[in-house]
Amino acid sequence: MSDLDVVSDDSLPGFDGPDSSGHFGPYGGVFVGETLISAVEELARVYERLAADEKFWEEFDYELKHYVGRPSPLNFAERLTAACGGARIYLKREDLNHTGAHKVNNTIGQALLAKHMEKTRIIAETGAGQHGVASAAVAARLGLECHVYMGADDIVRQAPNVYRMKLLGANVISVASGSRTLKDAMNEALRDWASNVDNTYYIIGTVAGPHPYPQLVRDFQCVIGREVRAQSLEQIGHLPDALVACVGGGSNAIGLFHPFLEDAEVAMHGVEAAGRGLETKAHAAPLCDGKPGVLHGNRTYLMTDAAGQIMETHSVSAGLDYPGVGPEHAWLKDLGRVNYVAATDKQALAAFHQLTELEGIIPALESSHAVAYGALLATGMEPEHSLVINLSGRGDKDIETVARIEGIEL
Amino acid sequence: MSRIAQTVEHAREAGNKLLIPYLVAGDPDLATTLQLMQHLVGQGADIIELGIPFSDPSSDGPVIQRGVERALARGTRLQDVLDLVQEFRVKDAATPVVLMGYLNPIEIMGYQQFAASACQAGVDGVLIVDMPPAESADLHDELQTAGIDTIYLVAPTTSATRASAIVSLSTGYLYYVSLKGVTGAALTDHQSVGEKIAALRGLTDLPIVIGFGIKDAESAQAMGKLADGVVIGSALVGRIAELPVHEPQTSAGLQHCTAVIGVVRDVLNKIK
Repeated sequence: MSDLDVVSDDSLPGFDGPDSSGHFGPYGGVFVGETLISAVEELARVYERLAADEKFWEEFDYELKHYVGRPSPLNFAERLTAACGGARIYLKREDLNHTGAHKVNNTIGQALLAKHMEKTRIIAETGAGQHGVASAAVAARLGLECHVYMGADDIVRQAPNVYRMKLLGANVISVASGSRTLKDAMNEALRDWASNVDNTYYIIGTVAGPHPYPQLVRDFQCVIGREVRAQSLEQIGHLPDALVACVGGGSNAIGLFHPFLEDAEVAMHGVEAAGRGLETKAHAAPLCDGKPGVLHGNRTYLMTDAAGQIMETHSVSAGLDYPGVGPEHAWLKDLGRVNYVAATDKQALAAFHQLTELEGIIPALESSHAVAYGALLATGMEPEHSLVINLSGRGDKDIETVARIEGIEL
Repeated sequence: MSRIAQTVEHAREAGNKLLIPYLVAGDPDLATTLQLMQHLVGQGADIIELGIPFSDPSSDGPVIQRGVERALARGTRLQDVLDLVQEFRVKDAATPVVLMGYLNPIEIMGYQQFAASACQAGVDGVLIVDMPPAESADLHDELQTAGIDTIYLVAPTTSATRASAIVSLSTGYLYYVSLKGVTGAALTDHQSVGEKIAALRGLTDLPIVIGFGIKDAESAQAMGKLADGVVIGSALVGRIAELPVHEPQTSAGLQHCTAVIGVVRDVLNKIK
């Protein structure tokens, strides 16, 4: 081992979480009812075995290449760069994936797990509908029965995605309990899973939930960061100086960040949804303005009130409208490895228009949060520096929302 | 000897089954819950399980979800639940009260403060649905130090090895979840419940009670024969849903509401 290796080992210890019990420092773990324990333990065992099996990853890579269309491009944003007047901005084009977002990287991986576990029935939760669509598409491809839980309010807000899921053969179940949004859909999916645990595989859509979900969803999404690494070396000649991604549950962000965690020269910025502003409390930014607690199977930063009730969240983007965040992000925040910030609805909407007008790319409202902060960051950086923004999804699904907010009738 | 241990001993000496109703604290308001608890004791309840309202009750079926929503609509907090137990203790020093709920409200209050406050209020046991033994070490120690029983769930999916570990941490009683599902679901597979309970008997002398699918005299009788007691939640909470909101309860209304517990008491008393 060279001296250099020793130095880097000492300076950046322990990014190889989770530990054997599923914890990232104090976060993560397995907080579910006893009925589900055997199911998550079985999943952890199966995943450990398959993750060590090259054939499983060959199968995964085959699907990513031929079904999803990977690798997704790393795209130099020339006019956005000029407009910001700072660092060179590159866009990782997850919006070009089949089904329109990074979500499909995960649903393919998990559907393959379901197949290996001989589960015949898939369930999923969805907020904006992107994970639901990605789950329904993969279930259709593998011939699996698929049920998607979706908050009653979200079903109204995201009608086109509901129809897409139905076209793909999924049964969309409206959840009318609680705040009738993503967190309630997740509660209902957990209830379904406990009730049908023998034949059912639950595809969680983000890097949250009980262990091993935060780990396996991250591993499936790491294809993003691995590609960016190779593409940066090829196009920029070295690693980028900064990475920017939006953080709801945090799967696209961890997928981008994780392969770079031990590269101290790469700065990382996770952008949460500040909604109407952090000071208004009408936001979805648990890392910026929440505290640690336990929800949906893991300990992490949450939007929780002084009595321990989960608070209602607000974001213009349904995909970021969630009161928790993946436990690995909670850990990376405490370690100081990633800088977590937040962008407001207004900033995201402005970035949505800016990218559309300057680059001819309509970004998802989720990804628009990353664009908003990335543009700000680039402005303060030197022109010889480079920055990668994860364009996690495309905005076709959001045009009705944007039109409505801006008083335009379609 | 703890209040639960005393209750268990009395029941064993008399050859009686334990009858444990569950209701949500603050549903539809705290004053009504206090009256309901007193009526439940009158109907023959041995132990009362008091649900701590939580915004995301992911192990509960629709009936208890609604009860929780009614309690939260009135702003019921964990501290209110503890105060309620303290008030209940003014008139009833004998009936054990077990708090059942989800971890986050306790996590936010802090384990040490929760254990101390619960002890002071007169809480006898704590059952946290989403805190399996592997994650429970710190809270478990605080509760044991405070003299509060730590009650855990065993499910149909629990392996034998795991059941041994759970039993070793349990005090008070062991709660067997009768079905794969959520509270209030339909209980159909009586035979496998019998087999599981028999296996658990080999692991512990603690009383084993069955809950999750028991809703009437018939199911209580079937499960009462297999175990040391039964928990009845959704059947009671479903009746509480019919109580008037924002007005004082009548004694007749409360009596009608809790009568299901009296009916089950009679059925259990016939199992000897």
